[in-house]
Amino acid sequence: MVEPQPHRVTLPNGLRVVLAPDAEPGSTAPGGPPVVGVSVHYDVGFRSEPEGRTGFAHLFEHLMFQGSESLEKLAHFRHVQGSGGIFNGSTHQDYTDYFQVLPSNALERALFLEADRMRAPRLTEENLRNQVDVVKEEIRLNVLNRPYGGFPWILLPPVLYSTFANAHNGYGDFTDLERATVDDCAAFFDTYYAPGNAVLTITGDIDVDHATDLVHKHFGDVPARSVPERPSFAEPAPSGESRDRHQDPHAPLPAVALGYRLPDPVGELDEYLANVVLAAVLSDGDASRLQQRLVYRDSLVVDVHAGAGLMGAPLDARDPDTFTITAIHSPEVATDRVVDAVDSELERLATEGPTAEELSRVTARWSAGLHRDHDRLVSRTLDLGSTELLHGRAELVGELPARVGAVTAEEVASAAKALRPEARAVLEIEPTGDADGGAA
Amino acid sequence: MTSATHRSAERIGHTEQGPRPLPPLAEPRAGRQPETVDTVLENGLRVIAARHGAVPMVELRLRIPFAGEDAAHPARAEVLAETLLTGTERRDRVRMDTDLAAVGGTLQAVVDPERLSITGDALASGMETLLDVLTDALTEASYPEHEVSGERDRLVERITVARSQPRTIAREELQYHRYGDHPFAREVPQAADVAEVTPEQVRQLHRDAVLPRGSTLVLVGDIDPEATVETVRRMTSGWQAAGAARELPALPEVVGGDVRLVHREGAVQSQLRFSAQAVPRTDERYPALQIANLVFGGYFSSRLVENIREDKGYTYGAHSTFEFTPDNGTILVDADTASEVTAAALLEIRYELGKLALVRPSEAEVESARQYAIGGLLTSTSSQSGLASMLMNVAALGLGQDWLSEHPDRLRAVTHQQVAEAARWYVPTAFTGVVVGDAEQLGEQLRGLGGVTLP
Repeated sequence: MVEPQPHRVTLPNGLRVVLAPDAEPGSTAPGGPPVVGVSVHYDVGFRSEPEGRTGFAHLFEHLMFQGSESLEKLAHFRHVQGSGGIFNGSTHQDYTDYFQVLPSNALERALFLEADRMRAPRLTEENLRNQVDVVKEEIRLNVLNRPYGGFPWILLPPVLYSTFANAHNGYGDFTDLERATVDDCAAFFDTYYAPGNAVLTITGDIDVDHATDLVHKHFGDVPARSVPERPSFAEPAPSGESRDRHQDPHAPLPAVALGYRLPDPVGELDEYLANVVLAAVLSDGDASRLQQRLVYRDSLVVDVHAGAGLMGAPLDARDPDTFTITAIHSPEVATDRVVDAVDSELERLATEGPTAEELSRVTARWSAGLHRDHDRLVSRTLDLGSTELLHGRAELVGELPARVGAVTAEEVASAAKALRPEARAVLEIEPTGDADGGAA
Repeated sequence: MTSATHRSAERIGHTEQGPRPLPPLAEPRAGRQPETVDTVLENGLRVIAARHGAVPMVELRLRIPFAGEDAAHPARAEVLAETLLTGTERRDRVRMDTDLAAVGGTLQAVVDPERLSITGDALASGMETLLDVLTDALTEASYPEHEVSGERDRLVERITVARSQPRTIAREELQYHRYGDHPFAREVPQAADVAEVTPEQVRQLHRDAVLPRGSTLVLVGDIDPEATVETVRRMTSGWQAAGAARELPALPEVVGGDVRLVHREGAVQSQLRFSAQAVPRTDERYPALQIANLVFGGYFSSRLVENIREDKGYTYGAHSTFEFTPDNGTILVDADTASEVTAAALLEIRYELGKLALVRPSEAEVESARQYAIGGLLTSTSSQSGLASMLMNVAALGLGQDWLSEHPDRLRAVTHQQVAEAARWYVPTAFTGVVVGDAEQLGEQLRGLGGVTLP
């Protein structure tokens, strides 16, 4: 199936708009379900946080739900949900997204809500202190109180990267979060949340012309502001292997993460996609290389995963981005046995390349996975928005299956060859609690 | 901190024009009901096939009621689920995965005290392959010696990992607290029991319990429902057995009582888990109860979330959900909070329970919850995977597509008075539960609050 071409509008204030209707205008084909997706992607993520303010981008995301000029605290939630919709937001390395999925009769309301907080969010001391507490609970839930919390996305970057931007904890340290002020919020908003630094995406049961009119009506008078020049986060690739250990009081078994640098996802997209295919050949499905070798043949690990992208999904960041291999293993198995087995499988792939059958299975599963993902409106909306933001071309989403299908065995072999021991990070998780994981 | 000449927060929050009015909702557009066939085949398998969605995929869900009273059952069932797709006469594990991959497909089996669930998907053009791999496993799974022993060893370690997760510990404690030794409580098998399981025991369990009669297969996607049912009929004709798959024995009623504190060494956060008896989804009082539950803690715009998250910052998330099994329904309330505020959060939860039961929800609260329930059904069933899961959920209760399509009208018909009556299910004394956390930090505050059994 060829994905329909998205429509594009740019408002005078710089806001970029992507519209992807279920059915083309004028088409008599019946549309999909009466549901719309609306998202706004701002071109700032946790890599842009200054030193001393780790976790600020994510904290600020929380504050964008706390009211705006026309909306009291809690009103955003009530209006979205009271219209039958769902909402959320998330903070990534290079962007922050906000989304709603609602019955299509609530489209104008969704645009109003997004425009109001883009124009005039309510940034107050009370809401800031409240959301600092909420974010700390989120961190306790997902990191501090949980076995393997933050593994590998928080723990691996400081081993692989050397600059603050790439190496710091995107969830933030409690002391930094507590130090954040309302004035920090104002500065962050004025710097990064300009309409010219954002992409608005509208998908699903929409008429393009009508939706475009509504966009002009609600976003047209959001004043233009200057857009900051995006800094480069480039840093040299590691020149040796760096190792670190992390003590985890809740983890019952040791674990290891390997981190490697990826080709530039934007400038070297095909080389990057070869790594996406490599990751699938390594760990996707029972017949994959690492499952076969590490899990079933040698019984070294309980679980193994390879993937392009620090946050668990490929094409989610600009350069530099991370290839990760993670495994949880028995205490009887030394970390180096796991690492050596991974190296030998990479070596085999670098020399012989994947088989034609391996390549075709990856291509088929990738296409099917993309179809399946995009059948969910929330995924389709967010994917189009982040692709427009990072690559400047939402169309790329529809082109990916063919480009992944065109990746050759030689390209996968080269990608495997580039994952060298002398240019990687190795992070070990050392369980330090009770044998039963701390549960009484 | 970043822009040298930024405006103040006060300036940012105000425009010349001032606040603007919320736009009204447009006329809702009716969705089309998916074309659906719902039938029972000669071998007793119920098949539901629906044409839905815009992508060339098919979603598969198979539910086999899989209850067992025997103490050894959970361990055997777990090994069976892990090895069901690892070998038959025609295929070894790699062949299964390879055949599925060729049609962009996946299949996974998981088991719980109620059912063996198999979920899968594939390109719609590969549906026959997907069904072929599935029926091959259902009728010919061989449970090879080396696969069973390998999975058994890994399971022992995976169970250790699972039991280190706070949410798994809390769920297990809640299940034993409210259901005692009923088989429904045995969700995670004991590692020692798993280590004892033999391939022959797994094969025997398969012969005894992997049965078509009483089971349900759901297929949703870019498919012709009539033709799909015929394909399923042909491909599953070899799956035959005299008996019927085993449903869970009736659950005892959840009785309100003291909350039990469970110690977890080194915890920096506590899991609060509470439960009360409710009604089955088929009960005529359910739509009103669904709305009352949303008002209480069933969505973000609820009293509980607005209180303990948005007002007090005690938690990242608080929820109130239903758990349905055939002929039963319970309410589950959960929140995770820092140790220092755990008792305070418990106090607020009790306050909100009492308040819901005693003080009528406002018109606005009822209308918001009603719209959310109606809209949520629309958004969650707008994808193939969402509809497949929803059809399976209601099929397990003996319902079908009709029930789903009629449910919005049922929600629209609920009166304010009915919601107020349903809210009485939330009286605090109807609830019991557990708090899992560091007892040394929590003991004193919880003792002072009362209604908590300390370790």
